[in-house]
Amino acid sequence: MTLAMSRRDFLKVSAALGGGFVLEFCFPLASAATAGAAASEVNAWIVIHPDDRVVIRIARSEMGQGTFTALAQLVAEELDCDWGKVSAEFASPNEHFKRNRIWGSMSTGGSMGVRSSQDYVRKAGASARVMLVMAAAMQWQVPASECLAENGVISHGPTGRKLRYGQVADAAARLAPPQDVQLRDPKDWKIAGKSVHRLDIPDKVLGKPVFGVGGSLHGMLHASIAQCPVFGGTLRSVDARAAEKMRGVKKVVREKDFVAVVADSWWRADQALGKLAIEWDEGGNGSASNQTVQAMLQAGLAEADLPQARKLGDAQAALAGAAKVIEAEYQSPYLSHATLEPQTCTAWFKPEGFLEVWTSTQNGEASMEAAAQASGLPLDKIEVHKMMLGGGFGRRGGPQDFVRQGVAIAKALPGVPVKLMWSREEDMQHDFYRPASIVRMKAGVDAQGKLIAMHTRIACPSILKVLMPKMLGKDGIDFSAVRSFSDMPYTVAHQQVDYAMRNGHVPVGFWRAPGQQNAFYRECFIDELAVAAGKDPVEYRLAMLKPGDKNRLVLEAVVKAAAWGTSLPSGIHRGVAVVDGFGSFTAMVAEVSVSAAGKVTVQRIVVAIDSGYVVNPDTCRAQAESNVIYGLGPILYQENNVKNGRIVESNFRSFRLPQISEMPKVETVLVPTGGFWGGHGEPAILPLAPAVCNAIFAATGKRIRSLPLKHHDLRRV
Amino acid sequence: MLELNVNGRTHTVDVEPEMPLLWVLRDHLNLLGTKYGCGISVCGACTVHIDGEPVRSCTLPVSEALGTKIVTIEGLSQDGLHRIQAAWIAHEVPQCGYCQTGMIMSAAALLAKNPKPTDADIDKTITNLCRCGTYARVRTAIHALAEDPAPIVPKNP
Ligand code: FES
Ligand code: FES
Repeated sequence: MTLAMSRRDFLKVSAALGGGFVLEFCFPLASAATAGAAASEVNAWIVIHPDDRVVIRIARSEMGQGTFTALAQLVAEELDCDWGKVSAEFASPNEHFKRNRIWGSMSTGGSMGVRSSQDYVRKAGASARVMLVMAAAMQWQVPASECLAENGVISHGPTGRKLRYGQVADAAARLAPPQDVQLRDPKDWKIAGKSVHRLDIPDKVLGKPVFGVGGSLHGMLHASIAQCPVFGGTLRSVDARAAEKMRGVKKVVREKDFVAVVADSWWRADQALGKLAIEWDEGGNGSASNQTVQAMLQAGLAEADLPQARKLGDAQAALAGAAKVIEAEYQSPYLSHATLEPQTCTAWFKPEGFLEVWTSTQNGEASMEAAAQASGLPLDKIEVHKMMLGGGFGRRGGPQDFVRQGVAIAKALPGVPVKLMWSREEDMQHDFYRPASIVRMKAGVDAQGKLIAMHTRIACPSILKVLMPKMLGKDGIDFSAVRSFSDMPYTVAHQQVDYAMRNGHVPVGFWRAPGQQNAFYRECFIDELAVAAGKDPVEYRLAMLKPGDKNRLVLEAVVKAAAWGTSLPSGIHRGVAVVDGFGSFTAMVAEVSVSAAGKVTVQRIVVAIDSGYVVNPDTCRAQAESNVIYGLGPILYQENNVKNGRIVESNFRSFRLPQISEMPKVETVLVPTGGFWGGHGEPAILPLAPAVCNAIFAATGKRIRSLPLKHHDLRRV
Repeated sequence: MLELNVNGRTHTVDVEPEMPLLWVLRDHLNLLGTKYGCGISVCGACTVHIDGEPVRSCTLPVSEALGTKIVTIEGLSQDGLHRIQAAWIAHEVPQCGYCQTGMIMSAAALLAKNPKPTDADIDKTITNLCRCGTYARVRTAIHALAEDPAPIVPKNP
């Protein structure tokens, strides 16, 4: 009864939010459930219309990774409805809090969207199917056990009578959900496991305003923002006289750490922003530079006593007794996410004391909390409309800086919707960067070159310290800074991994596959060891992987798919790497050529992934392609340098993105072995840098221990 | 007051002549399919057609577009779905989708002039940036369009 009440209230609230005030903002994916009064919410995830249309609510965000569709597939699979009648919409964050977080986590990162919610969304689908069958059985007055639901229709076996889901949805919605439901064996899947077309694509190719920057509300104003170029600095003073006189300018908003101009178009706001005379208090970091970052990290490596992220056997003693010790130091720079859609947030303080926010967020709950903090309003007086993200890659999850700013700006103009959009320059210079890090590895090998002991020291800023301090492990170990070493699958009896957390002033954040630098270091170093031992790099790795280890399985799969060991056209060379992470196991072979002038071309990538199960094979392949191009930029030329406390690069001329001509051929081999759920948004970036750099070694004999390649001279002499 | 012909309709806008066309389209005409990515003519997210030519609207002063025929993604097709858009759906090209309207406008201009582009033609003309890495599928879809002028739209897109 109470559930029914709250459901009706929800429909009413949604109608008011979606229909009454919003004039142009497009909710192609958010209005379907509530359009038409007679739709029935069978449970929080599933709304069924009398004409059998099924609307599935999605709690996680969509940034191109396909979770929106994959989760709908899993629900529809268990519901056993007609996929052709399915649409999806984002669950309302406001309603989510009112209903005691009924949709579970809204956080979308760590390649977790599907794997961390598959169990409860499938159960929601199965539970709704049971309720629909019960409702039909009650109408026919027959035992439910005589009825079967399939493809949106319930049939009564003995009499052959049929009812469509839409005919019983209302009655089903009044029933109590079953205590326990049986989930389908994935081998019987009909909708999940298939490459159905993604639900979000048609709107995107039509240019519908589905993104955070896509909104347009009646009377809406636009804001452009400037933050202190030195991280951590604050606003001292602003002379806005010239700007305020400019055409279309409505207000200059001054806050502790930013200033924004609000105008009637974004260009006018941005032009006026450029005319502000701003004085910043840079704080104490105005002289930070690449050199100070290096010194900070090196000092970390030099520290005598460091907390240990892994200790197996006695690495020091084994190193002392090793036939040979091989050492290397590797490093990586800071990297910006550079989502193609800059950070954005539209906020509107409505006269009745309600705040509406539209934003591209990886975490609807975090956006609600940021909006509450910035507005001073309670959560039930706020709605965050989750829009499609023009790229996420970790930028729009933990940090909700853009929401806090958007809300603060709109607060200065009550009653008026204001859309904040960052300029590209602002976006590149105020990111939460992939940490710069330095790692020193020391390997003890026996007379045959077999690895018997490994001591790794990692100096790296902590992402958790910045974004989720409660998640830090004991002794302040940040798992994202030590991964691939702390959980290295190679059977080496003596291992020690030390972690020096050195944070500096540059904010760091989750950047696609956080900790992926370590995969580059480890897998290139293993290649060094294989070369020193005179062994084939695949054989060298296989000898250290236990039978049954899924790392071994994907390595064998990629070796087969890439025909490792066979001859290649002249000038093309192979490199290999295998890394697990984000729930999946990934191995890659890169085919690379290096011209006489030193230009590196990645010709072909073959990647094998075991994610346990595969919900949408085509989307998984697309994610592998995506990881390859996202990872290629930092291999070839991307980096963010620090000078005078600020980031040097400001736009795509100084922070280049690869073009279509640089896209290698990518062949993805999906080898799901079942029994576990792994991710796809990130795994394929892990082995990319080491596979490519190992291929460069094969081509040139030059060992790449730092990226990007533009700093290396690979010319043939 | 300036007069602009956009998607076959004449619009009157009261803007300064140096305002880039992109912002006239987005903030004054509410045509939000054309995107901002860099503002310096590098990424191509803002690509529109001016008299059939692909142009990066973020750096083009609106004054230079007067008297021309401007077409945006919203006006690409007369009947809702252009064959290029259909091919984009059939080949599941977009990921986040943010760059894709610009990408489609560039592809449309290329195919209008060169119905059977080679890989080299594509490399030369499709210089739009995609952060998500949809390039392989952009190429596949363009080649497919060259083979089959009227792709089938999948039934349940
Ligand atoms: S926004 Fe115009 S080229 Fe990037
Ligand atoms: S699809 Fe995301 S930027 Fe191209």
